[in-house]
Amino acid sequence: MSRRLSEVFAQTKSANRAALIGYLPAGFPTPDASVELMNAMIDAGVDAIEVGLPYSDPLMDGADIQFAVDAALSAGTTTDVVLDVVSRLDGERAAILVMSYWNPIERYGVERFAVALAAAGGNGVITPDLTPEEAGPWLAATKANEIDRIFLVAPSSTDDRIVTVVKNTSGFVYAASTMGVTGARSQVGAGAEALVARARLATDLPIAVGLGVSTGAQAHEVAAYSDGVIVGSAFVRCIRQAADLSAAVAAVRTLAGELAEGVHR
Amino acid sequence: MTTLSTPVVSGHYGPYGGRFVPEALTAALDELDGAFRSAIVDPNFIARLTELERSYTGRPSPLTRADRFAAHCGGARVYLKREDLNHTGSHKINNAIGQALLTERMGKTRMIAETGAGQHGVATATAAALLGLECTVFMGEEDTRRQALNVVRMQLLGAEVFSVTAGSRTLKDAINEAMRDWVSTVERTHYVLGTVTGPAPFPEIVRYFQSVVGREAREQVLEIEGRLPDAVIACVGGGSNAMGLFSGFIDDPSVQLRGYEAGGDGVETGRHAARFAAGSPGVLHGTRTYVMQDEWGQTIASHSISAGLDYPGVGPEHSWLHDTGRARYEPINDDEAMEAFALLSRTEGIIPAIETAHALAGAMRVGRELGSDAVLLLNLSGRGDKDVATAARWFGIGAPEGIEMSEGR
Repeated sequence: MSRRLSEVFAQTKSANRAALIGYLPAGFPTPDASVELMNAMIDAGVDAIEVGLPYSDPLMDGADIQFAVDAALSAGTTTDVVLDVVSRLDGERAAILVMSYWNPIERYGVERFAVALAAAGGNGVITPDLTPEEAGPWLAATKANEIDRIFLVAPSSTDDRIVTVVKNTSGFVYAASTMGVTGARSQVGAGAEALVARARLATDLPIAVGLGVSTGAQAHEVAAYSDGVIVGSAFVRCIRQAADLSAAVAAVRTLAGELAEGVHR
Repeated sequence: MTTLSTPVVSGHYGPYGGRFVPEALTAALDELDGAFRSAIVDPNFIARLTELERSYTGRPSPLTRADRFAAHCGGARVYLKREDLNHTGSHKINNAIGQALLTERMGKTRMIAETGAGQHGVATATAAALLGLECTVFMGEEDTRRQALNVVRMQLLGAEVFSVTAGSRTLKDAINEAMRDWVSTVERTHYVLGTVTGPAPFPEIVRYFQSVVGREAREQVLEIEGRLPDAVIACVGGGSNAMGLFSGFIDDPSVQLRGYEAGGDGVETGRHAARFAAGSPGVLHGTRTYVMQDEWGQTIASHSISAGLDYPGVGPEHSWLHDTGRARYEPINDDEAMEAFALLSRTEGIIPAIETAHALAGAMRVGRELGSDAVLLLNLSGRGDKDVATAARWFGIGAPEGIEMSEGR
């Protein structure tokens, strides 16, 4: 079976653009609303959805995502709810990924989580606090269940580290644009392009850039040297600022549309 | 130097430990690991550390025989390792000075730290002042309230205190915020983790700098008693004072290792910080260890009258010592700890930190269990000045006329 993520990146490449990957925490502001919001993002041109699994101690996340995750946890978003959200997304038109800190997956059961995610229609998992060295059982479980596992590289990664990370990654490589936590920034880290170039020497996998991208213009700039553009906090922020759910859906749609324009080269 | 009978294989203690951190921090942890390993075989580094321990911290700390307190411990002979007499009032200075020297060695100019009770924050702020480094301390808002005295001390020492309003507003959230700062400023900043937890190599580094406690105590008790103690006793939050003491005796099978965690209102109430009594293995703050968590792996907020023990995780080596049976861990409830707090104050003229009072309550149990021939050695990890307002409220002691009990309320 061909992997869904490979298909997505093959399609976007042939259309001479980068893939647009949009993040929202499952359950924010409620489980049902998060499904509606993420399907609206897909409708407006997002190629892959990153479904955040809310965790009590999100130490890689800035204020916007911390807020959203707290709200999702208060709304009762358990791992089973996240899997239900995944199953209700439009997987025909977008690849569906989960972004999770490691402990909830370990607690659920590594193999059990991989099986359940595949059954729910999930295509891959991004694990921001798991490095390949600690990932033994996860490597086996994702392989057995044909789920892509996405590890991160960062500006501080040595060339040797990049080789280790990409060797264990499938689907695409997540390049963190900057040394810092998630959150919209006025400028995407200057080190991002250099990092992508270093990663290219180590892999033929697509490379997507995340952290700090919030506007169509930034997406355009990043799309010029990468294969994918990841946007999270900006979506969260427009939901926080909306008066009600229908306004939030409209705002998310508008932002996704602007970003989808931006990723054309 | 200390022996390492616990198997440390690339930062793992059996199934525990390891490094669960964003890739962005891997390079900094590797750099720290390298700096640490070169430092501890560098005679100049060791000489500087030893000299500061002697002339600045005031080491060696004495061993005090506590006979009047011991009468409440089944008549066993009880020795107190007086870390409360160190400069800044607790064992935390041992690690802070060591890591400050590592900071300098790595060419970094800024230190950050998390703190619960404020003792590690004060120790780090002190070391920063001594070496001319910038310092920011992250402290949960709840803790800044109950440990207001230490907030002022840190500010007087020139540190910036960042009050953390996320999550449960206690130590775990302070660590989250320190990690967020660190990943953004890692080029010039060293994160001085205050206890034997976090991603490798932190548990090993902190144990190393605290092992002076166990090394001295072993020599001292052998000199006085001519034999090893039957049990060594310490309170366990993250577990640095316990690991420091235990490290001196871990290879002596006749010596029981006893750790006391915070039972809060009682383990059965759910309001506690009893990771071993009520937690399960998981990953928190970069390491695999016993964690208070729900069925979905979400961290459960801990509760304790003692800010320094109010933490839902514990150092990974303690988890290993627990599973192998080499050390035994039990919860001590708030009321038992406060009873021991009052008892030591009145029988020995030593007001202990409330954290330490948990170990004292443990000694009362162990002494009754082992009987009057037993020799107990307890780490008196800190002094109680910072806890005076909390204790006054607990015991309903009013301030004398004209004296403002300004803290907390």
